[in-house]
Amino acid sequence: MSYIRLINVTKQFGDVTAVNNLNLEVGKGECFSMLGPSGCGKTTTLRMVAGFEDLTNGEVWAGDKLLSSPKKHHYTPPENRNFGMVFQAFAVWPHMSVYENVAFPLRLRGLPKAEIDQRTKDALTATNLLKAAGGSPADLSGGGKQRVALARALAINPDVMLLDEPLSSLDPHLREEMRFEIKDLQKKYGFSIIYVTHDQAEAMALSDRILVMKLGVVQQIDSPLDVYNNPVNKFVFSFIGVSSFTDVVWNDGKAFIKGSERPLPAGIEIPDNMKDEVVFSLASRPKEIKFTSADDPAGVHGTVLRTAFLGEIVDYLIKIGNQEVRVQIGRRDPGPETGENCNLCFKRPFWYKADE
Amino acid sequence: MSSGTIKKDGGFGVAQLILLISIAVLVVFVAWPVILILFNAFFVNGEFNSLDFYRVLTDSETFKALTNSVLIASMTTIGSTIVGTFFAWLVTRTDLPYKTFMKSLFLVPFMLPSFIGALAWKMLLSPYSGYINRFFMETFGFTEPIFNIYSYVGISAVEVMYLFPFVFIQVCGALERMDPTLEESARISGAGLLTITRKITIPLVLPSIMSGALLIMLYSMAHFGTVAVLGIEQGIYNIPTLIYEKIHQSAGSFESIRTGTVLSTVLIVSAAIIIWGQQKILSRGHYQIIGGKSFRPMELKLRGLRYPLLIFCLAYIGFTIVLPTIVIFLVGGVATYGLPLTWKNLSLNNYKYVLFEYEVTRDAIFNSVTLGLAAALITMFTGVMISYVIVKMKVRGKGILEFLGMLPFSVPGSVIALGVILAWSGQFGINIYNTIWIILVSYIARYMAFSLKANSAALEQVHDSLMEASRSCGASMWQSLNNIVVPLVRPGMISAFFLIFLPALRELTVSIMLYAPTTRTIGVAIYTLNEDGETVMSTALAGVALIIIVVGQSLINHFTKKAGE
Repeated sequence: MSYIRLINVTKQFGDVTAVNNLNLEVGKGECFSMLGPSGCGKTTTLRMVAGFEDLTNGEVWAGDKLLSSPKKHHYTPPENRNFGMVFQAFAVWPHMSVYENVAFPLRLRGLPKAEIDQRTKDALTATNLLKAAGGSPADLSGGGKQRVALARALAINPDVMLLDEPLSSLDPHLREEMRFEIKDLQKKYGFSIIYVTHDQAEAMALSDRILVMKLGVVQQIDSPLDVYNNPVNKFVFSFIGVSSFTDVVWNDGKAFIKGSERPLPAGIEIPDNMKDEVVFSLASRPKEIKFTSADDPAGVHGTVLRTAFLGEIVDYLIKIGNQEVRVQIGRRDPGPETGENCNLCFKRPFWYKADE
Repeated sequence: MSSGTIKKDGGFGVAQLILLISIAVLVVFVAWPVILILFNAFFVNGEFNSLDFYRVLTDSETFKALTNSVLIASMTTIGSTIVGTFFAWLVTRTDLPYKTFMKSLFLVPFMLPSFIGALAWKMLLSPYSGYINRFFMETFGFTEPIFNIYSYVGISAVEVMYLFPFVFIQVCGALERMDPTLEESARISGAGLLTITRKITIPLVLPSIMSGALLIMLYSMAHFGTVAVLGIEQGIYNIPTLIYEKIHQSAGSFESIRTGTVLSTVLIVSAAIIIWGQQKILSRGHYQIIGGKSFRPMELKLRGLRYPLLIFCLAYIGFTIVLPTIVIFLVGGVATYGLPLTWKNLSLNNYKYVLFEYEVTRDAIFNSVTLGLAAALITMFTGVMISYVIVKMKVRGKGILEFLGMLPFSVPGSVIALGVILAWSGQFGINIYNTIWIILVSYIARYMAFSLKANSAALEQVHDSLMEASRSCGASMWQSLNNIVVPLVRPGMISAFFLIFLPALRELTVSIMLYAPTTRTIGVAIYTLNEDGETVMSTALAGVALIIIVVGQSLINHFTKKAGE
């Protein structure tokens, strides 16, 4: 059941279109991530849901309540939307104690004192902050501050939690820990999450569905597995995971990696819609290429330009024709040395048109 | 090893020499005069005597000056804080039209020396001859003047007009740097804009407001000009004006020097307390409120109030800046003070006279310009040297210099003047009293703080690794200094130069205590001519001074903008 709905939402800042005709629906209790490089419009979209930005066009709904619609001259200000929100820079108020930070939204709602106290304590307990309640948030670590921000957003028991890169200011190991804490809180409280991040691993680990955005335009909305397994275009492919692209050209009805003297082996199937392209791309992930024996007919010949030992894996840069691909194998797997020739076997390559 | 080290192990190296010179400069120019003041305040005939200190302090005249200083400074501080915070909020957090332009307008009062402003207000609102009072009495038949500027309220109001930018700048800066998500998270929590302003914004910028307020307190307690122009007629003295009066009238008698040193001690102590308080507030309350992403902060929609508030702001500027400036130029144009300000009566004769013919004013302009240049150059270079030792060098005995370096910040102008008189009028072998040199010495002491501030800020930007990189490329210590540090610090030096030159041009507090007939500065000439009843000459010179200041300030803005590019 969809709860938050964005219909034909467009946002312009002067001449710049930050978000272009975006449609999306987020269900009750769903965790929905918006992923993309900085400046892609994901944060602007979140801020339109929160009510900090008005729309240039389109509508935002929560359930059967209209939140924003420039056409209908309707705009519910953020303070009346009843959402929880957590910001990248924590935004906990340094002049209030941890307890006061969390109690603030409850006080604004004019609840009875006993209830404010109870709900504040509940939120602090859920975020493991009860011991720090009386202290100043300034004395807490980054993770602690972000817990205060989470507790503050939880206290009002919101239907929707808006998270704007909440973990990017934290240390890497803390980031992973907090991911699971957020997930646990969601299970417990049942709110929907709209999560903005530029970290694809974070989005994968948390989300039911992921939206990938580029320059204000939605590229793909799918489950994490589908986004990884079936990226709709080159951009999505390159944004999720490590990737190499090599240019491929036709010559006499045979496909050649650009600059290479031997055509791609017949075993590699090229989709029909590439037949009329002059140059197109073979997209591969480094772990989905294997070294094969020199006489394997399904292999592609190349030369090792560089190897790098990365601990668990060894990273290779291979030259094929005048193109380069990256290959990663386990550290115990046998592989060639720098400067040697090798034979590569592509598993499950993807094909994209050059301008995609 | 740090790059800045010129230390040779053991022995007496260049580092020690530079340190000693730096300490010597600060001791001779700043510490020694202050010590002499404290000595003279507490020692009578070479013996410690705190009872006599108490006797002088509780003398009715002295005590009155003390309470006046506190009263005027308090009213000024409260007024400036309200005015400065309100306008700062208006230009940063609302949708007031032409905000950037309005923001720069609110900084204009900084350019107008407050004693020239006071002079203008005297002509506008003195009880029976002020133009506004006369206008109301003659046109509407008021029997009493509508406002008497010769009063505590009048003096404080004039000080507020020209001092509120101290708070305005601090609060504007804090509001602009503040992380907008601090306010947004309150909003999404359900708070309306007024609640946010009350519960989040104001408490977060309170340290900045307080710090600006204390600056004004410090300035106003030790402020000479406004009280001198507006207070003396009604017998309202504050600490600096009483010190001036005592020294001036009695030509340096023992009793007046003692009163002066006791009052100066009070100023030094209150300055120290204020600066200590300011640092306490800034360090304790300096919240990390600077944020990551740069979304514009929310603006309060003023709706129907947008244009009324704009008009209010413009009227404020018009009333406090434009009106006094116009009065100065008009009165400077009439033949005798009191003539109606009509076209027929106006001419440029006075301006020609003060610029080219009248010896007093011609000398004053020459004196101020040369004193300003000399003080700015000397202070700039010694300031770089001292800052370099404090910020960059690792040498034993630096702690003394760090302590001495704090001193210039907490010694008010009238204290410096008195200290310089004690130190340089012959008791210690050198007598430069009544010469231009004593004014130069006091300017160096007075403006050393500005130079230290600008230069240490610039030097702190130069990371040690830049020097280390240069040294590792084979450059010697001096080559590295010359090729790496000096070019990077140059903007700081230039800004220090102007930070000193411009205020020195309009200096009054110090020079009024030290001038001799041929060594008047512009400020002194304006003040004394006005005292002697030469009102039109005084205002004409004030007009000339305003033009010099505005042109100078525009040049600075032009150059600093270029340097920043």
